[in-house]
Amino acid sequence: MENYLALAVKAIFVENLALSFFLGMCTFIAVSKKISTAIGLGISVMVVQSITVPANNLILTYLLAPGALAWAGFGEVDLTFLGLISYIGVIAALVQILEMVLDKYFPPLYNALGVFLPLITVNCAILGGSLFMVERGYDFGESVTYGVSSGFGWALAITAMAGVREKLKYSDIPDGLQGLGITFITAGLMAMAFMSFSGVKL
Amino acid sequence: MAHKRKDMLIDPLVDNNPITLQVLGICSALAVTSSLQVALVMTIAVTLVTGFSSMFISMIRNHIPSSIRIIVQMVIIASLVILVDQVLKAYAFEISKTLSVFVGLIITNCIVMGRAEAFAMKNPPLDSFIDGVGNGLGYGLILMLVGFIRELFGSGSLFGITVLPTVNNGGWYVPNGMLLLPPSAFFIIGLIIWAFRAWKPKQVEEREYKIQTMEAH
Repeated sequence: MENYLALAVKAIFVENLALSFFLGMCTFIAVSKKISTAIGLGISVMVVQSITVPANNLILTYLLAPGALAWAGFGEVDLTFLGLISYIGVIAALVQILEMVLDKYFPPLYNALGVFLPLITVNCAILGGSLFMVERGYDFGESVTYGVSSGFGWALAITAMAGVREKLKYSDIPDGLQGLGITFITAGLMAMAFMSFSGVKL
Repeated sequence: MAHKRKDMLIDPLVDNNPITLQVLGICSALAVTSSLQVALVMTIAVTLVTGFSSMFISMIRNHIPSSIRIIVQMVIIASLVILVDQVLKAYAFEISKTLSVFVGLIITNCIVMGRAEAFAMKNPPLDSFIDGVGNGLGYGLILMLVGFIRELFGSGSLFGITVLPTVNNGGWYVPNGMLLLPPSAFFIIGLIIWAFRAWKPKQVEEREYKIQTMEAH
């Protein structure tokens, strides 16, 4: 239990996907103008992340890893090179399914999140989460924890960013820095703040 | 025609740069720039993937049903990235370790998808290839610029060769460790954008709120 907690704290604060690995930056910069949309997108990322990371973990363990196909009689086959294409396929498919399920059974939630769901397929944070899971060799329990907490960390970062930007638009910024430039500098300052978590260990 | 193609190659470098103007592909631009060598490998990888994926997608653009085009584009891009990944693992294992997940993340690099969707779906293969390479190079230009600043001032070297001898090795330069950490990449890109826009004032964004001056009354 304790190591799951440590993993969660590490994924949310110390190794925040947005601010220390720069994943999902395109959407992070583009959709952080208003707090309400930022929260919507953050929650969608969290939901998709907590489904896709464990799903990709199962695919890796039972289909792709060396010797994983032993149950089907192909003990010596190693399909890890197909990893990238399978993960992105799983992500695209899951996002599509999630969209349809939400539309059918939870229309209010679909109306709130619907516009963001297609954006999430190409959000690097999602694919990045799966790739980190593979690289660090998490087992199933760890990948569930990692999926939920890394998604939460990303949501936290984009919401904070949107809060800063809502105030920022009233300030007098030099012409060249207007818009994109100052957003980058703000993100840099936030990343510095998040770095102070780097000593935290549980 | 030849003139137009040259423009297509040069245009994304400054006038229509994918990173500073179109806000595409920032994710990896920040993460892989702490040393020039890694930035160079990443530039080559992205340029190749963007160029060839645009070309292949453009070749079959008339046969892709528009409802499943994203999936088709994804499959082509992912196959090319797997190719790049395997080649890097075979011939440049050290660098592929440093790049870790960021090679795989070329798949979701918005530049590749963006060019496929915006250009390759409407134009013939050769033009698409040139457009893809141009955008890859525009991305690479920023990457190399950031990598240059970060490696030179962060560890006093370029491509691993010492330029400013650091104090630890008996030289005079005190390296700025901050430049090797993630936040510095944000600052450097922000400042590069500022420099670009000071040079080309047309790129400056409109203010949402103007500060009222006294004369306006």
